[in-house]
Amino acid sequence: MSSRRARSRQSTSSSRITDEQINDLVSKLQAVLPEARLHGCLSMQVSAAKVLQETCNYIRSLHREVDDLSERLSELLATTEASSAQAAIIRSLLK
Amino acid sequence: MDSENSACGNPNPNPTLGPSKLMLAFRFLRALSLVHRTTPASSRTCRGRRIERAAYASMAYSAGTGRGWSRAVLRRLHHRARRRAVAPRRLSTTAGNRAEALRQLVPGGAGMDYCTLLEETADYIKCLSMQVELMQGIVDSSSSYGP
Repeated sequence: MSSRRARSRQSTSSSRITDEQINDLVSKLQAVLPEARLHGCLSMQVSAAKVLQETCNYIRSLHREVDDLSERLSELLATTEASSAQAAIIRSLLK
Repeated sequence: MDSENSACGNPNPNPTLGPSKLMLAFRFLRALSLVHRTTPASSRTCRGRRIERAAYASMAYSAGTGRGWSRAVLRRLHHRARRRAVAPRRLSTTAGNRAEALRQLVPGGAGMDYCTLLEETADYIKCLSMQVELMQGIVDSSSSYGP
């Protein structure tokens, strides 16, 4: 915790965050996004703004999926027995 | 996921079921069982919300307290349990407020500096997509074998 505080203190006071650092972080972020989201990005440089925008869209869609899957799991728990639900979960893990 | 493994020199070559994913699955399964046992069959929406909270909780616990977003998620969940009010969002006072929309999406994003925000976002997305994969896998298995 203290190292994290020290890091942010250092970054605000010295403003020594280089563009290179930021580009590095942005490209790491880009690597995590599914490729379909950055259509036509076989080129190296996608603008940081585009990456951030796609990141926001992707996070929103992931939140929606969690919401949707939670509802479906809720339905499943209501209709199936606990034992068969657990068996299904274990099956899915072993795949 | 594959690129992440090769880039970080992950000793585990298995892309689908690494140790972190197994821990996540174990935690989520346990939480799911608890929800199933303790929620009455009639309250479907309530159960859905509880499952969603279990998803975020197991995600955050598996990520550990070394991450800003996981700490923020756990704080939010614990505060929710204690008092049912929405906690006021702490305004960003650190280096600028670039990427405002992203700050609102990533837990704890409001108080982070820009670099930390980018790091946390990448990790958050990895864990979130792992959680979604897990839940999708459960739904798929249950659908194909269920009554």
